[in-house]
Amino acid sequence: MSVKGQIAIAGLGQTRQGKVYDRSYMGFAVEAVQLALADAGLERNDLDGLLLNPGLAWGNAAMGSFMLQQALGLRDLKLQATMNLGGATAAAMIQHAALAIAAGMCTTVACVFSDRPLKSPVEQKSRTGAKEGSAASYAFARGLDAAYGQFGINAMYALVARRHMHTYGTTQDHLGAVAVTQRRWAGMNPAAQFRDPLTLADYHASRWVVEPFHMLDCCLVSNGGVAVIVTSAERARTLRKPPVYIWGMGQGHPGGEPAETLRSGAPLASATAFRMAGIEASDVELCELYDCYTFTVLVTLEDYGFCGKGEGGPFVAAGHTAPGGSLPVNTGGGQLSSSYMWGMTPIAEGIVQARGEAGERQVPRRDVVLVSGNGGLLSTHTTLVLSPLPS
Amino acid sequence: MSTDPRFPRPIPEIDQQLAPFFAAAKEHRLVVQRCTGCGAHRFPPRELCSGCLSTESTWVEVSGRGEIFSYNVMHQIYHPAFAAEVPYAVVVVKLAEGPKMISNLVDCPVSEIRIGAPVEVVFESVSPEVTLPKFRRAR
Repeated sequence: MSVKGQIAIAGLGQTRQGKVYDRSYMGFAVEAVQLALADAGLERNDLDGLLLNPGLAWGNAAMGSFMLQQALGLRDLKLQATMNLGGATAAAMIQHAALAIAAGMCTTVACVFSDRPLKSPVEQKSRTGAKEGSAASYAFARGLDAAYGQFGINAMYALVARRHMHTYGTTQDHLGAVAVTQRRWAGMNPAAQFRDPLTLADYHASRWVVEPFHMLDCCLVSNGGVAVIVTSAERARTLRKPPVYIWGMGQGHPGGEPAETLRSGAPLASATAFRMAGIEASDVELCELYDCYTFTVLVTLEDYGFCGKGEGGPFVAAGHTAPGGSLPVNTGGGQLSSSYMWGMTPIAEGIVQARGEAGERQVPRRDVVLVSGNGGLLSTHTTLVLSPLPS
Repeated sequence: MSTDPRFPRPIPEIDQQLAPFFAAAKEHRLVVQRCTGCGAHRFPPRELCSGCLSTESTWVEVSGRGEIFSYNVMHQIYHPAFAAEVPYAVVVVKLAEGPKMISNLVDCPVSEIRIGAPVEVVFESVSPEVTLPKFRRAR
């Protein structure tokens, strides 16, 4: 069974994103669904499926999707799940929605992400629980890694990036080229959190977080929500917006140690997705790649075969992924400059570009759009191939 | 040394899984698990071998020699005990027997850390109960 051309994205809803404090994580999720329904020209009652990727602020909401169903007042859903593959979840939700629709389980599914990690200035002053700077607020530092001063995901990715630099000769300038290039795209995106032009010198001058990562190598932290509505191609054609068809989809979760292989799950995921779509890497016209770090973009470009293994740095530095380049990548500025909605950021921009709604930053060729998701430490990977054409 | 006496450097809890590791470290021996099923060495400890799925293992002493597999340099202060130490390096040591360990390199300026450099274990007592294995450039 193939879904190519049978399933489509019919609605996209994006709340304001960034330092936005007027909603809770639930409020952002509800607003995103409402915006997506309005975008598609659908009513709440048209939904019969709901998938949720809960951000950090949801905590351990094991049944977050049910909480969201209640908040939205949705009745008689035929599909529901709370999903977590890290940054690969957003595309995975769309895949599960597509499969369930193709199998006849349901017809119209909202795929939702929201998060609210940033506290407003008022909330920072009146925090409940562990006070900032109190002994209790450092209770997280318990294990063996903490004894050596190894904290957080930035430090873990830094170890893999350093290994890539050692193995393939990737340089700090190469990482910087990703940040600078994506900022050029962000400059044309009115919704981007950071739009000011960025030079390589600015990049080198930005503070170190954990070498080899400057602050400008790391994705943003953003409040907000995004929802995507998936339905049959047949139904999508009757709705308000031009359908964005799913041509191919795949997943790849290699296991083992990415620090050893320096490979993501993209080779595995793309083999499935490209076969379903009937395309090769050379057919892809633009990419929206999951960019938790500059480094992740380099590895992902390599792993999809847009350049040789280890050549991601020179590929970006040569300008191929920039405005006017042969392979536009992260055309809204991505998670490094625009907004960090986990895997929803690349998906949303892929939809906007495929529809031809990207304004100043609209790329001229948009028939084959590649979207990637990446979770953990290059641990999970999802691929979508999208197109404004049914086949 | 920590900058603020209220926030001492975090000392790991000795849980059931790590108890043999810390008992050996206190005696200045570096031990890892060795799978009874397939003979593979592994660290950190786990209740089963992801290679052969055997649940049987023993703790064995290793040479304490290895090489720098990767490293980072921490600038951001995540914990106040490290405020006076930034920038400091965290290294991944690949032991001669195979497993990798997160650790620190002693007596080595950050600028001189090289991937592939041979290292050997040293031991640093951080509390009456806990001794931490660290590494230095091989002599």
